[in-house]
Amino acid sequence: MNALLDRVGGVYALPVILAILAFAAIGSTSTWVTLTAAGLAMGMMIFLMASGLSLIFGLMDVLNFGHSAFVSFGAFIAASVLAALGAWLAADSVLLNIAALMAAIAAATAFGALAGWGFERVIVKPVYKDHLRQILITMGALIVAEQLLLAIWGGTPIAVARPAFLTGSIIIGDVAIEAYRIFALLLGLVVYVGMYLALNRTRIGLLIRAGVENREMVESLGFRIDRLFIGVFMAGSALAAMGGAMWAGYQSLITPALGQELMIIVFIVVIIGGLGSIQGSLLGAILVGLMTNYVAFLFPKLALASNMLLMMAVLLWRPYGLKPAVKG
Amino acid sequence: MSGAILRLDDVHTDIGQYHILHGISLNVPEGGVHVLLGRNGAGKTTTLRTVMGLWRARKGAIVFRHHDITAMPTPDIARLGIAYVPENMGIFGGLTVEENMRLASTTGRFDDERLGRIFALFPAIEKFWTSQASGLSGGQKQMLAIARAIVERRELILIDEPTKGLAPAIIRAMIGAFREIATETTILLVEQNFLFARSLGRGVAVIDDGRIVHHGDMAALASDEALQTRLLSLSLAEHQ
Amino acid sequence: MTAASISATPTRRVPAGRLAVYAIVLAIGLCLAFAPFLFTDVRAAEVAARICIFIVLVASYDLLIGYTGIVSFAHTMFFGLGAYGAAIALKAWGPGWDAILLGGGAGVVAALVLAVLIGLLSLRVKAIFFAMVTLAAASVMLVLASQLSDITGGEDGFTYQAPRLFSPAFKLFEDADGKVLRLFDVALNGKVAAYYFVFLSSLVLFLLMLRIVASPMGTVLEAIRENEMRAEAIGYKVVAYRTAIFCIAAVIAATIGVVRAVWLKYTGPEVALSFHIMIDILLMVVIGGMGTIVGAVIGVVVMSLAQFYLKDLMEVAAEATAGIPLLPDLLNPDRWLLWLGVLFILLVYFFPAGIAGTLMNKGSAR
Repeated sequence: MNALLDRVGGVYALPVILAILAFAAIGSTSTWVTLTAAGLAMGMMIFLMASGLSLIFGLMDVLNFGHSAFVSFGAFIAASVLAALGAWLAADSVLLNIAALMAAIAAATAFGALAGWGFERVIVKPVYKDHLRQILITMGALIVAEQLLLAIWGGTPIAVARPAFLTGSIIIGDVAIEAYRIFALLLGLVVYVGMYLALNRTRIGLLIRAGVENREMVESLGFRIDRLFIGVFMAGSALAAMGGAMWAGYQSLITPALGQELMIIVFIVVIIGGLGSIQGSLLGAILVGLMTNYVAFLFPKLALASNMLLMMAVLLWRPYGLKPAVKG
Repeated sequence: MSGAILRLDDVHTDIGQYHILHGISLNVPEGGVHVLLGRNGAGKTTTLRTVMGLWRARKGAIVFRHHDITAMPTPDIARLGIAYVPENMGIFGGLTVEENMRLASTTGRFDDERLGRIFALFPAIEKFWTSQASGLSGGQKQMLAIARAIVERRELILIDEPTKGLAPAIIRAMIGAFREIATETTILLVEQNFLFARSLGRGVAVIDDGRIVHHGDMAALASDEALQTRLLSLSLAEHQ
Repeated sequence: MTAASISATPTRRVPAGRLAVYAIVLAIGLCLAFAPFLFTDVRAAEVAARICIFIVLVASYDLLIGYTGIVSFAHTMFFGLGAYGAAIALKAWGPGWDAILLGGGAGVVAALVLAVLIGLLSLRVKAIFFAMVTLAAASVMLVLASQLSDITGGEDGFTYQAPRLFSPAFKLFEDADGKVLRLFDVALNGKVAAYYFVFLSSLVLFLLMLRIVASPMGTVLEAIRENEMRAEAIGYKVVAYRTAIFCIAAVIAATIGVVRAVWLKYTGPEVALSFHIMIDILLMVVIGGMGTIVGAVIGVVVMSLAQFYLKDLMEVAAEATAGIPLLPDLLNPDRWLLWLGVLFILLVYFFPAGIAGTLMNKGSAR
């Protein structure tokens, strides 16, 4: 089975296989296209949230259980900015629409980077290398962050305004695809390409890849890995917040429970993909995005459980995930 | 003791609850290959790692030229001009050979003339320049690890058991390479293979149970079989 | 509850701090043993029973986190499986011991099977990985419980009858007039029987856990926690031991889940599965002291009292700061978890040994 899979593109063929299976089960082309687009869009947003978590872990062996707090804060900050810029959103000018949306995403991302810096200094740094306390402390930080969120925005769901040009659907033949999903997909792709280039074409990227493999050796070559790590932590947190901002626009109604719900999905994605690798995160995110949407259509009650089963199956097959980072 | 490039003075190192180094005092003179011999678990690797700052000395001092590096962070120690080739070679398998080399260069650029000499020493490096390092053979990985250490001129190179698991032909090739490298720098070599060590070493120190039990000229040790038997019988029986 | 705990630990010269811990635990144990006679209002019985149940739940979690250093977020899942097993059977077959035994038994077996599966799948790899997998598993179970509302009552949960022995109308002992007998002014009715059912089940399980950590297995587990590589090198099968203790902890959690279901006569996500319970357990085990088992007793009592009084304190503080922006929101009694979270972080930083651990280290040789 492994040999057959390798011939068709290795584990990267899995989303395609999943899509083909779903096509057979769904039977209607237009429904399938809509679901696939939704799955890909969701996958890209989850990827934004998961990639940072995975990279932070890969580089420093630090798993931040508070990562989802950045997602929640990103979502709520974006919602607040969009609400404040309501006039721009409703305006007839696409330019103003885009400006408002970009302002919201930028605010969330900037917050993520700044809060990530503080989080790393205060919460994570004192407990490097001590997994038990690390899990406990980042969990404690998550509790505090969620309570802060409740204190600031209250417990009631908040409606998120969408820019005018991203409402409605694009219709090709008898297939309708929500405009926002296409936007999410594109933004996710842009971020992925950007990360790919940064990791593979720059010296910092080279250092990060080397550091994921063998931290000690990078230090022995004369590089301060702790400074590198702070940068990666900030970037990862910023990406999580950006993912949260995108998610807010996608859901159009957000509750403080959003972080917790997404955290589970993000964890499943990172476990499926393999810790420490960007490609793994993308693969896992796409798989989970597609799976969620297909199953939600076919067997509505099993959506989350299906991801769990997917995770179990992957773990049975490959205990370290589909595409884990090479460890030196 | 003038002319020492590296000096360890009564260094004690603990790993977890285990007391590994019990007061290592050692002078490494400038230039040439100096060998640290000893059986498994004697504390050779720990000594190198303590110099590199990867483990911390609980007591004692480590001085490199005029710098006290006892408590210095590892990257700063490396920047003083000390390269380290660990026992597992520390190759980045997911990176290409070129990327491995590029990382080791402080500026990220290569000196073509120097690179040419490295290629002459280790032709495999040139041959597999753009390949993933994980695909290299054990011997090639060892060569890459050493090439990486000399991509720039270093003051001191710490090498941990480079011959471990290598075929005799490769070991012979490596002796030549080490001789050439030692013309411009100082090498502190940890070895269990006495034949290899003897053909390279200028000075030698023998470590046992976390203490230096002998130090002197390699030539003296090489010609005194009684001393060899006394110091090394335990460790060398299976190597000769 | 704790006379046995003293004899279960090898006693050479017991240091003062250790004695203090045992004295506190013994006092709490005695309070719980005579709770129906000491605290006569209805709420007190609820609190005492909850404390008993949580002591077992937290101590079983301590078996895991304190004795092996692995963090699981699936503990409430096992607890919930036991509770739902018993509850569903009681609902379907009516109030009887057969329902409790069969349904509860099924829940415990389900917990065991899941524990074996999760353990074998993910205990081989890193501790962090295990934490993630258990968190994912627990969340899915929570969602399943709310979605399969035909069986589980969904978000709202469901109520049912416990065996007649435990109903308040049941007379344990009758006096000459056929009225319920009173002892120290307390009616010896089914409510008292139910409380002692909870107390004795908890006591048995707690003593069992003390026995486990004092056994050779406990020693091996501590060796693994201290130095995993070394334990492996000596020849202990680390994965096997970890999976075993994970299963034991799961079975105990599920069993006390059954007890909870019988006592409450209500089961729903909020009391059996929710993430809040998991956070409570974490806080309690850290406050009490990881790796001590007896710390669970202290942790649970302190947290239960804190939950009670912290809210009052915050109420006062919120009113006092009413004019200042944001501060009243932060001090709102609903935000008590915020302050517990801060406390939790500080504890993990500065007193990772918790109350029991810190006290026990006082006055000991080291």
